[in-house]
Amino acid sequence: MAEIAYWEAIRRAHDEELAHDRMVIAMGEDIGVAGGTYKATSGLYQKYGADRIIDTPISENSYTGIGIGASMAGMRPIIEIMSINFALLALDTLINAAAKIRYMSGGRASCPIVMRTPGGTAHQLAAQHSARLARMFMSTPGLRVVTPRGPLDAYGMLKSAVRCNDPVIIIEHESMYNMRGEVPDEETFRPLEGAEIVRAGTDVTLIGYNYSVHLCLAAADKLAAMGVAAEVLDLRALRPIDRDTIRRSVEKTHKVVIAEEDEATVGVGAEIISVIIEECFFALDAQPVRVHAADVPVPYNRQMEKAAIPNADDVLAAALKVLGRV
Amino acid sequence: MNASDQKRLLREMIFYRRFEERSFEAYMERKIGGFLHLYSGQEAIATGVLERAHCGSDYVITGYRDHVHALKAGAPAREVMAELYGKETGSSRGRGGSMHIFDPTVNFMGGYALVGQPFPLAAGLALACKHKGTDQIAICFLGDGANNQGTFHETMNMASVWKLPVLFVCENNLYAIGTRIDRSTAVTDQYKRVAAYNIPSSQHDGQDIDIVMAAATDAIAHVRSGKGPYFIEFLTYRQRGHSMSDSNAYRSKEEERLWMERDPLKIYGDRLKKAKVLTEKDIAAMEKSVLEEIENDIVRFAEESPDPRVEDLNKYCLDDQPDPRWIGPLAQGEHHG
Ligand SMILES: Cc1ncc(C[n+]2csc(CCOP(=O)(O)OP(=O)(O)O)c2C)c(N)n1
Ligand SMILES: [Mg+2]
Repeated sequence: MAEIAYWEAIRRAHDEELAHDRMVIAMGEDIGVAGGTYKATSGLYQKYGADRIIDTPISENSYTGIGIGASMAGMRPIIEIMSINFALLALDTLINAAAKIRYMSGGRASCPIVMRTPGGTAHQLAAQHSARLARMFMSTPGLRVVTPRGPLDAYGMLKSAVRCNDPVIIIEHESMYNMRGEVPDEETFRPLEGAEIVRAGTDVTLIGYNYSVHLCLAAADKLAAMGVAAEVLDLRALRPIDRDTIRRSVEKTHKVVIAEEDEATVGVGAEIISVIIEECFFALDAQPVRVHAADVPVPYNRQMEKAAIPNADDVLAAALKVLGRV
Repeated sequence: MNASDQKRLLREMIFYRRFEERSFEAYMERKIGGFLHLYSGQEAIATGVLERAHCGSDYVITGYRDHVHALKAGAPAREVMAELYGKETGSSRGRGGSMHIFDPTVNFMGGYALVGQPFPLAAGLALACKHKGTDQIAICFLGDGANNQGTFHETMNMASVWKLPVLFVCENNLYAIGTRIDRSTAVTDQYKRVAAYNIPSSQHDGQDIDIVMAAATDAIAHVRSGKGPYFIEFLTYRQRGHSMSDSNAYRSKEEERLWMERDPLKIYGDRLKKAKVLTEKDIAAMEKSVLEEIENDIVRFAEESPDPRVEDLNKYCLDDQPDPRWIGPLAQGEHHG
């Protein structure tokens, strides 16, 4: 078991899958000769060549479409889009094509592509580089959407995504690429479905995904110091949502906070609260609280940006609120 | 062009270079955050083209490498620097930052992060000019890499069919971040690509401001006369990395050396010296006065300006003072149930 960075975990998954199956290719801007904006494909161009590590022009919609077409003919493309904001340019091929091809062909065609893209705020990148958009993909039937919170899932979910026969969107995070964590030395696959209890507790459930899991964990530490045992649940997949694990946790703690880095409107928290109401409304002892970004485009100014994006103290405050401690 | 205009132009280019290099320093001091894309090496293009435009009246739009375009279009340097600092006095009130400089008072309609996005926006600005029947035009500055977006092709087609008064200026600096043009682009001469849309075009040296101005004069005359769009390509080179985190590892030292010799400031400065418009000493004095202006006035203004107030986070998301007639809510008597 070695401790590696998130980007190294992604790189390793690429390397293993490229070695395992000649049909696996990687595509994206600056991923080859330049080694990748996040180093997730560094050295692979030298190892696998230009035919399999493909540097694309800045043509998101069409190279995604090319990846989709190739996947329909048996290939397994891993497409990197530099930022989820740029993935908006590929929505036509992703949502109108990839998400629907299996269905509208009556199951006779499929497109096993993987699209990887960071979808979080970094530091002062301003409105056009800071939209999170996970909620948009999670509302699209025909896609799988996963949100690895650390190196193990970043590695193991990418490997599963490559093997899986559905289109999979992997939402990474610009602020997590250097985050370190343990990954087994032997080949490991992590499931594309299923929430994970990353810290067990009895008093309140803190639900997060991707980076916000870390906000929940930090808040749980502070709560522990106050004598509160918080349970932290990582959704891991935003589509499909693991309703059972959520229900079981709420039936145990009766109190819920949902932390999302995105805006709240028509968002992850809204969906999770609907799930809870449908699954176990009567288990709730308090109104659920959403911790979320301000409902504005992300401002450039540092203090303004901080104010717009939730942090661990916001999660803590929300937990105290559902616990009736304020 | 008379001697005083020539001196002014040289000083402007020196100013733009120092402005960019000073913002580099401020970035290293962490006073500027986010992404910062510098224009050093490409100054002759924005300066030369906009010298021939009606700045303040013609619309100008570009990508994220936008400081100099904004400045030459007429945005006050203090406000542009203050924007880089994220201050309330900045061109975009601290909300946009380096990539999103706006100054609608001079019709500088913004810097955009999404590669290729300004193409249709520029055509739209031109459509408005045509519709209003003014003699204004729209000028769109973008890089070589942008021409591989679908928006390029779609916009060229519509601009051509609708004969829109728009000048597309392609600043071909041979790279899109770390990807050299021939590795991403089938036709590396960008001006040839618009032939498919029946748009007249030409290619020129972008390092020599006299060549840039001559070419821009013709192109702008064409567009302003109502004959439709024109596409002008300038060959150039960025002297620094794509943005602050880029070390240019993908470029050869030899290539960089050759282009550094073709520095637009040096080319123009040498020409003016040779023509005895000014001396080496005059240029040194110019450098000095530029540095002083930037330090004592522009940077100082940015540093001393206040941050936006966090209470104003929701400001500018929508119109702060909408007319209730259009916004509602429904009054009592308006419910038709
Ligand atoms: C839609 C979109 N895709 C990718 C990017 C990332 N990106 C930013 S600049 C750039 C290269 C653009 O090159 P070019 O148009 O030649 O302009 P230059 O930076 O050379 O001035 C890329 C790929 C982006 N900002 N927007
Ligand atoms: Mg370029």
